[in-house]
Amino acid sequence: MAHFAKPSAGSWTQQYPELGTSPVDYNDSIDPAFYEKERAAIFKRTWLNVGRIEQLPRTGSYFTKELPSAGTSLVIVKGGDGAVRAFHNVCRHRGNKLVWNDYPAEETAGSCRQFICKYHAWRYDLTGKLTFVQQEEEFFDLDKADYGLKDVACDSWEGFIFINLDPQETLTEYLGEMAKSLAGYPFGKMTEVYRYKAEVGANWKLFIDAFAEFYHAPVLHQKQAVKDEADKLLTYGYEALHYDLSTSPHSMISSWGGMSPPKDPSMVKPIERILRSGLFGPWDKPAIDGLDAASLPPGLNPARHRAWGSDSFEFFPNFTLLIWEPGWYLTYHYWPTAVDKHIFEGTLYFVPPTNARERLAQELAAVTFKEYALQDANTLEATQTMIATRTVTKFPLNDQEILLRHLHKVVGDRVQEYSDATAH
Amino acid sequence: MPLPTEFADLTPYTDWILPTEPERYNKRLNSSMDQMQTFYDAAINRLEDAITYCDQYPINDLPDPARELMHLMQSLIMVSFPVEVWKQPRVPDSGAAYLNITTEPVI
Ligand code: FES
Ligand SMILES: [Fe+2]
Repeated sequence: MAHFAKPSAGSWTQQYPELGTSPVDYNDSIDPAFYEKERAAIFKRTWLNVGRIEQLPRTGSYFTKELPSAGTSLVIVKGGDGAVRAFHNVCRHRGNKLVWNDYPAEETAGSCRQFICKYHAWRYDLTGKLTFVQQEEEFFDLDKADYGLKDVACDSWEGFIFINLDPQETLTEYLGEMAKSLAGYPFGKMTEVYRYKAEVGANWKLFIDAFAEFYHAPVLHQKQAVKDEADKLLTYGYEALHYDLSTSPHSMISSWGGMSPPKDPSMVKPIERILRSGLFGPWDKPAIDGLDAASLPPGLNPARHRAWGSDSFEFFPNFTLLIWEPGWYLTYHYWPTAVDKHIFEGTLYFVPPTNARERLAQELAAVTFKEYALQDANTLEATQTMIATRTVTKFPLNDQEILLRHLHKVVGDRVQEYSDATAH
Repeated sequence: MPLPTEFADLTPYTDWILPTEPERYNKRLNSSMDQMQTFYDAAINRLEDAITYCDQYPINDLPDPARELMHLMQSLIMVSFPVEVWKQPRVPDSGAAYLNITTEPVI
């Protein structure tokens, strides 16, 4: 009962023969030794998105980022020259964590003229240079020039700040065609931010799995729709408009958007009808340039479908960018902390509201996001526990789960390549 | 702080005037379905009026009574899922999962 066309290969998956179609082994989500390999092969040498430039509005603005998967904590700061730099968050004197507030393990943000270590007051300027040593004359041949903060590669794309502990290529090369096809989208105008965070008791890939397929949506989330609509959605199931894996290791899925606005208002809940908003966001586009079909970048709505609703871009390894037709976007980040645990962050970005109606429409979208994400998160913990029993080790993935198949394959390939290269 | 006089009928619900999401979410989890249903029934009928009232002012410079009214309507949105869908304060099947807001625009 196909509603949307599939490629001539017969299926999305068979269009990419290297993926195969056999059941997928989920040992990569439960094996502590594999997790250690992932950290070395992926998180310590891949470009990772750590935030947006709006988080650093002026000279001296900074935020810290905990990266247990890469074995470090970073401080990202804007210098007087306007450049954004990243440093390991460690004092060169005796290794105290340089920037933190109350709780050393918690991320923090703020603005300062220089960094002053809490331990013995060594000072560093915004470019990482050591500028002051307490009782300098007590040290032995200490040249301050040798003790600047350890820097980390840092670059940005369309306002998204990335870091890399051991770059194998430039950020532009790494992000490739998929990023290029999105250039020009008005991300910079969407500065009204709602950020959610949770520790989830599941491997980081399991949450990407949950957000990279919508096969689960009519089932897991069926109670969220009004009864008749839920029944209909369940019969229809889910089909994507388009998938693109040609930009591997990155990938994307394009979906329909029939709920924003819905064809028939009785399909949605009373408050959605009043506020003209819901899970898919406010139904009415904000009044900024760049959101009409003609001015969208070519990477959006690749199938050029008139029922287009959203595109989800998976930037390998752990950054999802989900752009909605009505003119807003979401990001997801999955930060591993152990083989069976990660920190999940979901962030909604809207054009700042110009009146109370727009403000409450955005509020409803944010509240609705949380209702869904809570269901997703709890399901994952149940999945993790059962996969870990190893009663079942291989799982059949269908054509609408192609991005999962791709993710687990890329992770496996990268770990394998890295192990091979370091074995000699 | 009082609501605008035009909204005196909502005075019984002023304990729902809460500026931040964690406060609203907590209140939801600690309320009975009866309490939320009563608040919802009263507030949803005034939602359009509240928007019209607040839109007399710039959204970033609301006088206090209008701001309180916005906070009340944000609570209405917060209870809408329990009342319209879940029939319980918590998201069903969400077990021990939590999701904390760490950045939010506060009116
Ligand atoms: S550890 Fe930082 S000044 Fe001593
Ligand atoms: Fe979901």
